[in-house]
Amino acid sequence: MSAADVTATPTRRPFTGRRVRFGDAALQLVAGGAALGATVLVGLIIWKVIDGSRPSISKYGLGFVTRVAWNPVVGHELYGAGSFIFGTLITSFFALLIATPLALGVALFLTELAPRWIQAPVTALVETLAAVPSVVIGLWGILVLGPALRTNIESWLHSAFGWIPLFGPPSAAGASIFTAIVVLSIMILPIVSSISRELFLGVPPELKEGALALGTTRWEMIRGVVFPYARGGIAAALILGLGRAMGEAIAVTQVIGGGVFIHWSLFSGGDTLGSKIAASYQGASTDLQSASLIYLGLILLVLSLIANIAAQGIVRQVAKKHGVTRGGHA
Amino acid sequence: MSAQQLTGGPDFRTNHLVRRKRVNMGMEALAWLAAAIAIAILGIVVWSVARKGWSELNLDLITKNPIPFSLTNAPQGLSNAFAGTLVIVGLATLMALPVGILIAVYLNEFAPPSIRTGIGLILDILAGVPAIVIGIFVFVLLVSGSGQSAVKGAFSLAILMLPFVARTTIEVLALVPNSLREASLGLGIPAWRTTLSIVLPRAIGGIVTGTVLAVARVAGETAPLLFTSSLVGTQTSWNPSHALQTVPVAIFELSESPDPKDHARAWAAGFILLVFILFASLSARWLATRHARKIAGR
Repeated sequence: MSAADVTATPTRRPFTGRRVRFGDAALQLVAGGAALGATVLVGLIIWKVIDGSRPSISKYGLGFVTRVAWNPVVGHELYGAGSFIFGTLITSFFALLIATPLALGVALFLTELAPRWIQAPVTALVETLAAVPSVVIGLWGILVLGPALRTNIESWLHSAFGWIPLFGPPSAAGASIFTAIVVLSIMILPIVSSISRELFLGVPPELKEGALALGTTRWEMIRGVVFPYARGGIAAALILGLGRAMGEAIAVTQVIGGGVFIHWSLFSGGDTLGSKIAASYQGASTDLQSASLIYLGLILLVLSLIANIAAQGIVRQVAKKHGVTRGGHA
Repeated sequence: MSAQQLTGGPDFRTNHLVRRKRVNMGMEALAWLAAAIAIAILGIVVWSVARKGWSELNLDLITKNPIPFSLTNAPQGLSNAFAGTLVIVGLATLMALPVGILIAVYLNEFAPPSIRTGIGLILDILAGVPAIVIGIFVFVLLVSGSGQSAVKGAFSLAILMLPFVARTTIEVLALVPNSLREASLGLGIPAWRTTLSIVLPRAIGGIVTGTVLAVARVAGETAPLLFTSSLVGTQTSWNPSHALQTVPVAIFELSESPDPKDHARAWAAGFILLVFILFASLSARWLATRHARKIAGR
């Protein structure tokens, strides 16, 4: 990205008459203003979300974060984010657990195994999966996937492994945390796999050829050369995928079923931060409820900011280490 | 496979080689399986939306409006949602496109490296803010107190588009060869004219495809619109100062309904949305690779 090197030193240019400098200054000012605007926008988002949740913050403080309650009945109002944070973490963790091996497998297939003519169409297909709108995936999730999972997989897992608390009795409707996990893992699969694919493509071929020439099998070469080389980048890709899973609201709202409780059964309903907010879109009955919903949004914003900044930090560090000048992938 | 002859150690005896080859075969098979599963998932999603959507597709969907609490079998459509999506996505593009291009021009043509990295990080952070939080932000900033409208919905979608448009434009601008800028500057043309009449026209194809991709992305967005343009009537309206129904929000509401007739309309609308988005993003991707070659002059 050295494209701006020439234009970045305007003092050395000839013919810098007054009008010329005015035009340059005007374009720089407008364009720089737009860039500044983006920066201000991020600050404004953080400030306004804090501002909107202020009534709830001043009433509940940080106790809101751990309390398990959501009672909007006027006179008995009590709100807390505990169960929603739990739901967010458990759905995104298990989604990542399912999606990671699949995504790495797809990326390895595309970079190391696939014949050349398969690579381009499969890459396009996997990235097409990322373009499917979340509301359509959610529609499919609630009407097709949920019932199918309940009758086939959930009831089987419950009867075979019911003694593990994770596999409780399936809910009647087919809407469950498990459905949300499957839907989320489908949604983050293309992100993690396309970043990993780029990382694997960046492994210097001489390292790979060197390993193969020493007599390793392809898998030993991947384990010994490709994975260690791409380790940092894969961590960043996983964190980005986790952030995406935590922030997804619509598809989760459609399939998760709702509920305010902490339990370990994946087959009952629940709520995440995002799904609780989205499900309440038709309006809150009191100001305190509305502020508490915005407080949920604030917690979600903080979680996703942490995930994003951590991932970007890793990406930049890795790029420095490998001497690559390219920026982040998000 | 001469490794075991060279080293000769006991670790490289034949039975180990057989085991290593088996492990390798197993792992390669798993990678093939992963790719097959990923493609199968896409196939299943698209196929079931297409199968259910195609059979429910009819002209009423686009030409008729929904009838609230209808108990009869009178034909209903989502005409209001299609009109609203056109208005809101159009307005969002008008808001995000100029700002996104200006940011990209600043970062690629003027900014010193430290600022470029800093604002690049800001754009990545903005792209990582969950869509539902953007919806809450616009709700607190604009909707709370004064009510929803299509313009406010468009503003929230524009925030989602902005980092995307800026990023793709930066990538295209970086492809424009420096020799062009040097030639123009060497002829005494000031930097601003070089940017506006040499660099940007060269990059226009890439900017258009980037915009199409961004439109395809936000056309299916539901979350930001729930709080900014969702409490709507059932009549078709093109007035952006009112809250307008959109296709994703309509699908979201219909999917939560217990009525199978509502599900049928949701499938049909989802099918149209999916076809539009897949067509737009695939053709934009195809155009992008062609343009990248052309811009770089290869």
